[in-house]
Amino acid sequence: MDLILVNLIDGLVTGLLLFMLSAGLTLIFSMMGVLNFAHASFYMLGAYFAYQISLFFGFWMGLLIAPVIVGVMGAGVERYGLRRVHQYGHVPELIFTFGLALLIEELVQFLWGKNQMPYAVPEVLHFTAFSIAGNSIPAYKIFMIFVSLAIFMALLFVLTRTRVGMIIQAALSYPKTVEALGHNVPLVFMGVFGVGTALAGVAGVIAGPVLGTFPGMAFLLGSIVFVTIVIGGLGSLWGALVASLLIGWLTTFAASYNVAFADILTWIGFTMPADLDDSMWRDLWTLTMPQIGPILPYLLMVLILVFRPHGLLGKREA
Amino acid sequence: MFKKSKLGISTALALVIGASAAMADNIKIAFIDPLSGPFAGTGANGLNQFEFAAETLVNAKGGVLGGDKFEIVAFDNKISPKESLIQLQVAIDQGIRFIAQGNSSGVANALTDAIEKHNKRNPDDRVLFLNYSAVDPALTNEKCNFWHFRFDANADLKMDALTDIMAQDKSIDKVYIIGQDYSFGKAVAAAAVRDLGNKMPNAEIVGNELHPIGKVKDFTPYARKIVASGANAVITGNWGADMLGLGKAVLENGYTGPIYTYYAAADGITAAFGETGKGSLRLVSEGQLNPPVSDRAAEYVKAFKAKYPDGNVSQSRITNTIEMLAKAIDGAGTATDVVAIAKQLEGMEHENLWGGMLKMRAEDHQVIQDVHVLAHTNEGVTFDYDNSGYGLIAENTVKMAGMDSPTSCKMKRP
Amino acid sequence: MTDQTQNAPRFGGMNTAAVAPWVIAAAFLLVMPFIFTSNSAITIMNQMSITIIFALSYNMLLGQGGMLSFGHAVYMGVGGFFCVHIMNMVEDGGLPLPLPLLPLFGGLFGLGLATIVGAFSTRKAGTVFAMISLGVGELIAACSVIVVAFFGGEEGVSGDRTYGLPVFGVEFLQQIEVYYLIAFWLMLSALLMYLFSRTPVGRMANAVRDNPERAEFLGYSARWVRFYSFCAAGFFAGIAGGLFAINYEILTEENLNLTQSGAILLITFLGGIGFFFGPILGAIVFTLLQTVLSLQTELWQLYLGALFVATVMYFPGGLAGLLMMHAPALRSGRAGRLVLPYIKTLGPALIGVLALAGLIEMTFHLRHASLGDHHMTLFWVDLDSHSLVPWLVFAAIMAAGFAVMRRNLPELLSAWHSANATGDRS
Repeated sequence: MDLILVNLIDGLVTGLLLFMLSAGLTLIFSMMGVLNFAHASFYMLGAYFAYQISLFFGFWMGLLIAPVIVGVMGAGVERYGLRRVHQYGHVPELIFTFGLALLIEELVQFLWGKNQMPYAVPEVLHFTAFSIAGNSIPAYKIFMIFVSLAIFMALLFVLTRTRVGMIIQAALSYPKTVEALGHNVPLVFMGVFGVGTALAGVAGVIAGPVLGTFPGMAFLLGSIVFVTIVIGGLGSLWGALVASLLIGWLTTFAASYNVAFADILTWIGFTMPADLDDSMWRDLWTLTMPQIGPILPYLLMVLILVFRPHGLLGKREA
Repeated sequence: MFKKSKLGISTALALVIGASAAMADNIKIAFIDPLSGPFAGTGANGLNQFEFAAETLVNAKGGVLGGDKFEIVAFDNKISPKESLIQLQVAIDQGIRFIAQGNSSGVANALTDAIEKHNKRNPDDRVLFLNYSAVDPALTNEKCNFWHFRFDANADLKMDALTDIMAQDKSIDKVYIIGQDYSFGKAVAAAAVRDLGNKMPNAEIVGNELHPIGKVKDFTPYARKIVASGANAVITGNWGADMLGLGKAVLENGYTGPIYTYYAAADGITAAFGETGKGSLRLVSEGQLNPPVSDRAAEYVKAFKAKYPDGNVSQSRITNTIEMLAKAIDGAGTATDVVAIAKQLEGMEHENLWGGMLKMRAEDHQVIQDVHVLAHTNEGVTFDYDNSGYGLIAENTVKMAGMDSPTSCKMKRP
Repeated sequence: MTDQTQNAPRFGGMNTAAVAPWVIAAAFLLVMPFIFTSNSAITIMNQMSITIIFALSYNMLLGQGGMLSFGHAVYMGVGGFFCVHIMNMVEDGGLPLPLPLLPLFGGLFGLGLATIVGAFSTRKAGTVFAMISLGVGELIAACSVIVVAFFGGEEGVSGDRTYGLPVFGVEFLQQIEVYYLIAFWLMLSALLMYLFSRTPVGRMANAVRDNPERAEFLGYSARWVRFYSFCAAGFFAGIAGGLFAINYEILTEENLNLTQSGAILLITFLGGIGFFFGPILGAIVFTLLQTVLSLQTELWQLYLGALFVATVMYFPGGLAGLLMMHAPALRSGRAGRLVLPYIKTLGPALIGVLALAGLIEMTFHLRHASLGDHHMTLFWVDLDSHSLVPWLVFAAIMAAGFAVMRRNLPELLSAWHSANATGDRS
């Protein structure tokens, strides 16, 4: 029972981290129709910049400055790259971000080398907040939860309660009309892209110390972010939140419980073959839940796309 | 389609240039390992160690066969079996007779297979495979062949030594085994279960599981299970980001016992663990840096660090590979007849630069050597890793580990 | 996206213009091994041919059908895995089969898998299709490490091609014999894929790509048209997988994973998705970059990434699009006017780019080379990366190259207009 509580907390941390990435991505998608493949690369840049800044000014300055740099870079990519490619259509746009992801990974390796960076949790937060049945919950995790919740609140507030948010929401549905009303829609696009990538940057800054800061970190997270927003429904902020938490808990619980397929198969009524090593189905019999945990989100996505193409909370079709 | 001719010519040019640049009368060793991509750090560091060993241990001493120098030619295999096979062909075309590779047992399996086929089909330009790091036991058991030589202790030998030492610690009674879900991870797990059962019948295996390789973003759930199981020893064959992720998660979530690993050092991992790993991380490995075994070994590391300040002498078997190859070439009196050189290597005994002796077992081409259990610490470390102040210090040693271990190798000799 | 009908000769009337490229290509494939005799060159050409088939098959989806797939590697991979297993059955003596027929089985298994996946993934195009392909690709790639019995885990499955029935005494011991086998399949598959694009289904694939609603009004089911294209693409990907199995005699997880699927997208787009021969160019250029450039520099992926982003930004038609831009000028006989301006602009630009690459290489050397190792060889010149002179020289060359390019650019533009402008009207 205690372990369930611990897993709930761990899954919440993973889910909220995922949400910071998917929130930006889904905003960008709903506004511009671009699936930004380089989104996780901005997450990686956030971690690397923060590490570099933390060497000179400490962790907190990194948390403040790195996302800003990442956001400015994101805005620059929109202004000088995407806007140019936009005229060719959606597929080239997508391919552009795909190439950009490769390029950013190469640049990171060029600048920082290929090894893990010793980017660590700040001393202030390096203690155990509390423990449940011998399982300690580091204070840093609590900090991560608060940062991501604060960001979600702020986003929700900006989008629903401010003038800028209204313009963004309007530009989502009727970009031409909004432009006709005298608003600078390209500027709004650039801003949204910048803010979206800055959010990814924040995620990188706070995830770098716990998940590791290395050139492969973007690739590791890249496709799962897509899966999240597709499951949640493209363009839906609440959908992104629900899907992120769902995936966070799904992967955490799958990794936590060694449910063996042999048990399930026996329960259904199959009998285990006597000479397991020669059986064609030996891999099925020895399979356990943690082995397939990380691919469950993909399975979920395929099922959702087949049966409910607009995702859990999405209003329009992907 | 018309564009093909121009491009074709440029390939030819590139290949000719590649070949002619290395035309000098050197004995060339092809280093086929990742120099780009996620594992490039390990590959590039290995290349530096090879180049340094060839320069210091052979060329500076007058070379082999009365003056021929060793030359390391690097080929980037991007850790892909397919690319490795292409680069192998390029290396063979350049007249290279010695292929060194180490990162990834998957690549090693592909290469040993391809080299056996090549040598069978092309008796005129046969090559030798010097495996300096891939430790999948199969390579010197059911998949062994005459052309493959392994200079690292394989996963079974290391586990044998590790469990010898674990058995001395009577406080260990609950062991958790966790690894990556692929051939090497499974080999480690199987060896651990077998050896623990034999040597520590009182110890309970409280967990034995595999996780997907390179796909786990957060190891916290695994760490929870390990803590909850009450384990007081963890064994893992993880490497790279999976090692760091697992180790950090386990240590940050309340585990305090020893973590016995195969690869938790160097390439940024030592620096990233830092203080967290002290007192817990153990590494089972063949070479020993701390305390230095001899002045010669200390000089060697110092000279290496002077040349590559950011590098690590993390794969000490590389010096053995180079020295034993040089000795075999001198003994055979030829650098082209690889059968004669292989016969020299078989059964060769050699004094290890890192202490103790080396013996290349003739029946399976597996080097037998001392295996150490090293501890991650910052105390008494003469040579640190990653310039972090932290390094590995030898705690226990098993002399000539697995000298009489069985092998299922049935080698066909030419 | 330009439709190929305007540029490629129609197939219907078997005129010489339609047949000529195929004859020339076949002659080329026959002669190449005599020009490049080394085994490594042949290995690289084999790799190229396999990639060409794979890229052409991918373009049946992306270019002709407008379906963006992130998981095409699995059809090639699964076809290849089945072929290795068949090869092993032949070795065990259970199945007498001549090796040259093996790719056909690869194709059939690729087709089988594509039929299953296509049944649910082709209902929608666009993002839904792309994401399903990503999910399915990831699932099958993950299976490769889990289902060891079939995929062999991380080390893959290997076989030996030489146990098949000898064909006219050829046992496929040598690379050159494999080369001709692959070349034969390359010609056959390329021809079949070209013919497919001329069939009503192939034509309708274009229509569905451009405007699915109109195609539906004409009485065609967009879904079934996509499905047929998808199955055909799976079939040819499977053939490429079979050839891979023959050439390398091993298949591993890397044949299935996302990296491979991404690479084929890059290759196809680099070559140009608007023309049938685009993916062929892409496959050739990419293979050369990957195998030859990586021998020269560790930074090859950086250059590749930059090349790719530049292609998407400035030449969305890819290499083929770039070449075909010159077709009107060639037809009107004014292409000659472009030669000199091209040399005057692109020559300096090339020098500038090379100098820039030189600066990047020197930076890399400065940062990552061993201490005291100041010497590096760049463009066959030995230099000291730690002294100022080479930096100044390269920077000067780069600045000069780009300056000359900028100065001559207007001349090129006006030459371009004069070569193309009056072409049709006069």
